[in-house]
Amino acid sequence: MPAPQRRYMCTSRKRNAIVLVVLAAATYGIAMKSQYYRPWQHYSNATLVSNCNDIKLSGLTPDLYLEKHINYILSYESKKDDYTYIMTEHLRISGMYWGLTALDITHNLHKIDKKEVLSFIKQCQHECGGIGASILHDPHLLHTLSAIQILCYYKALDTINVEKVVEYIKNRQKDDGSFEGDKWGEIDTRFSFCAIASLALLNRLNEVNIEKAVSFIKSCMNFDGGFGSKPGSESHAGLIYCCLGTLSITGHLHIVKADELGWWLAERQLPSGGLNGRPEKLPDVCYSWWVLASLKILGRLNWINTNKMINFILYCQDAETGGFSDRPGDMVDPFHTLFGLSALSLLGYTKADLKTINPTYCMPQYIMDEMNLKPDRLDLVEKTDHLKGWAGIEED
Amino acid sequence: MSSDNDEVEVSPKRERKYSSSSTDSEYVDLEADSFDNLDEDVHYHSKLHKRMSEQTFIPISEREAWKDVVPIEQDDGPNPIVAIAYSAKFKETHDYFRAIVKAKEKSERALNLTAECIWLNAANYTVWQYRRDILRELGIDLKDELKFIEMMIRCNFKNYQVWHHRRVIIEWMNDPSQELAFTAAILEKDDKNYHAWQHRQWAISFFNLFDNELEYAEQLIEKDIRNNSAWNQRYYVISNTTKFESDVLDREVDYALDKILEAPSNESSWNYLRGIMMHDKDGGMGYNRSILKKCEELYNNNCRSPHLLSCIIDISQERISCNDPKDSLFHTDKALELCTDLEEKYDKIRKKYWKYISQKISEKVKSTA
Repeated sequence: MPAPQRRYMCTSRKRNAIVLVVLAAATYGIAMKSQYYRPWQHYSNATLVSNCNDIKLSGLTPDLYLEKHINYILSYESKKDDYTYIMTEHLRISGMYWGLTALDITHNLHKIDKKEVLSFIKQCQHECGGIGASILHDPHLLHTLSAIQILCYYKALDTINVEKVVEYIKNRQKDDGSFEGDKWGEIDTRFSFCAIASLALLNRLNEVNIEKAVSFIKSCMNFDGGFGSKPGSESHAGLIYCCLGTLSITGHLHIVKADELGWWLAERQLPSGGLNGRPEKLPDVCYSWWVLASLKILGRLNWINTNKMINFILYCQDAETGGFSDRPGDMVDPFHTLFGLSALSLLGYTKADLKTINPTYCMPQYIMDEMNLKPDRLDLVEKTDHLKGWAGIEED
Repeated sequence: MSSDNDEVEVSPKRERKYSSSSTDSEYVDLEADSFDNLDEDVHYHSKLHKRMSEQTFIPISEREAWKDVVPIEQDDGPNPIVAIAYSAKFKETHDYFRAIVKAKEKSERALNLTAECIWLNAANYTVWQYRRDILRELGIDLKDELKFIEMMIRCNFKNYQVWHHRRVIIEWMNDPSQELAFTAAILEKDDKNYHAWQHRQWAISFFNLFDNELEYAEQLIEKDIRNNSAWNQRYYVISNTTKFESDVLDREVDYALDKILEAPSNESSWNYLRGIMMHDKDGGMGYNRSILKKCEELYNNNCRSPHLLSCIIDISQERISCNDPKDSLFHTDKALELCTDLEEKYDKIRKKYWKYISQKISEKVKSTA
């Protein structure tokens, strides 16, 4: 299929997909679609393996298309006329964090207009101190954290009213130590992480009850060693990351059953090399981040097969537009692009110059060093010899 | 599905992360890995969607009831927005929404407008919050709201906001009578849907609806033995009701072992077995006759599931002081051998993990010698 034709299809694909999104015709399997769309021989062999929820990859592993990814993020930020851009207003600040972090670890943060970013964030802070996803959007802990992370990149925390945002976060803590995401009371371990990480970045952890916050996280620990969104909710890799992140920042990783949880996390790796988020689910690039960062925090990153993992991530690139998708052949987005790149950084991928990323905050390590933040990692705490092996690139 | 429709080829799934009406890609996209909408489900949604879409859309600016409102455009900084590139309908609806929020208008028309916004983007939590404000202020009959939210969940069942809204409405109504059937209907379509399970657990705990829940979890396990969510629910029900007292524990061990026999490589049943044995007061897995017997039986029948081997290895650790004969399946020598087998044959992808376990056993053997 000649390239121009595909470009045309890509555009119509986007629009149609949005129109049809409710149809959710995902049942169709990646196989047909990837073959249909992929003009490149080495891509055409990503097929869905029926019965075992995995994907079969074959052919040559692509290189990392770094320049394309950078351009993808840069153009995403500038295309304010794009339908997708408009449709994502409700998560704008988080989207900015994904994009800016990807640009920073690829040494391109300077290409974004800092003033514009800061002025936008300032306008998203409300009288109550909380920060919304966009101007006139209600404040929420999710976007409050994203905003604070971005401000750390620019060393510009004074852009917002810090006292008020601290007050806002403080008011989200409930009696049992949990955090609500906004004033409407939805409780979730994601919000514990957002609150604790935000306060740590503001150097104001002492403002909330840490002991209770940790005890809530502990109450979400399941019989398999994992964590869910609330006490009793099923273990889920994304939520495990949030819980471990909270424990890492507050220095409470010792409450985790590290070997048991480490194994559960390692079990997420499927024969394709990709990771899923729960048993019997399909692999997805965003879990490359949540699972790998969790394993890194536990000091057990080498329990998965690094080469196979890298391979899977590289298959999820779009060679034409740049960017990463959840699975080979799917539509790319900034969210998966950040998690693809940061996973490669975490795995010590050496074929590209990626800045080191911090597993707890998902922010470049140099920022953490400048801020003198040292979230715990079990391999730094436990003095066990066999945990010391760094999971770099292996030749098997 | 309809192969006559070109658009189907585009895999709407691809757009999910960024298309609000299907799921919101907030910090953790709980269902990013899901691939499980059934054809009939798609069909149902497509009909519903068609019905909604076929309603003639009259631009708000041309509606009599909205003549007094001046819409407010989205402000995304200095770069101009090229309006033709996105749906005029989406833009106009949200411009009017901004106007009513700014004017703090709580009215019937504002309520209807939030429904239009939600239809276009169910993940916009600001719209949901404003809708709740209006519901309260106008004292709207919540039964109607329940119908509305049911339809929205059926169309967006992997979205956080729709489920949260339902929970708030149910709390306001203080009537959980529909919740079990409703979540069961969603789980019928997507049996690992995290939101539906969370909502169900909340309703069960909040209104104490535990009575038939163990049977429900069992039904789902019967239907799909690898449904980890159903296994989790089983654990949830027992730990909130009878707890794992010794008779319950015996029953559950038998249940898990039965299921393990059916599918020895099923991660969920093995995890459940290990999990419930934490409540055991007689020494754990290494001292449970049923478990020891079943492990031997499976191993002798040439089962080499990594989960079985891992369980045997763990048992050998628990029994390290028992002085089992050297040729026993549960002797540490055998455990070391199994670690090597796993590393080299049965679970190569996690060989570093098995190396670690092997090293840990060796150290333990040394220190107890």
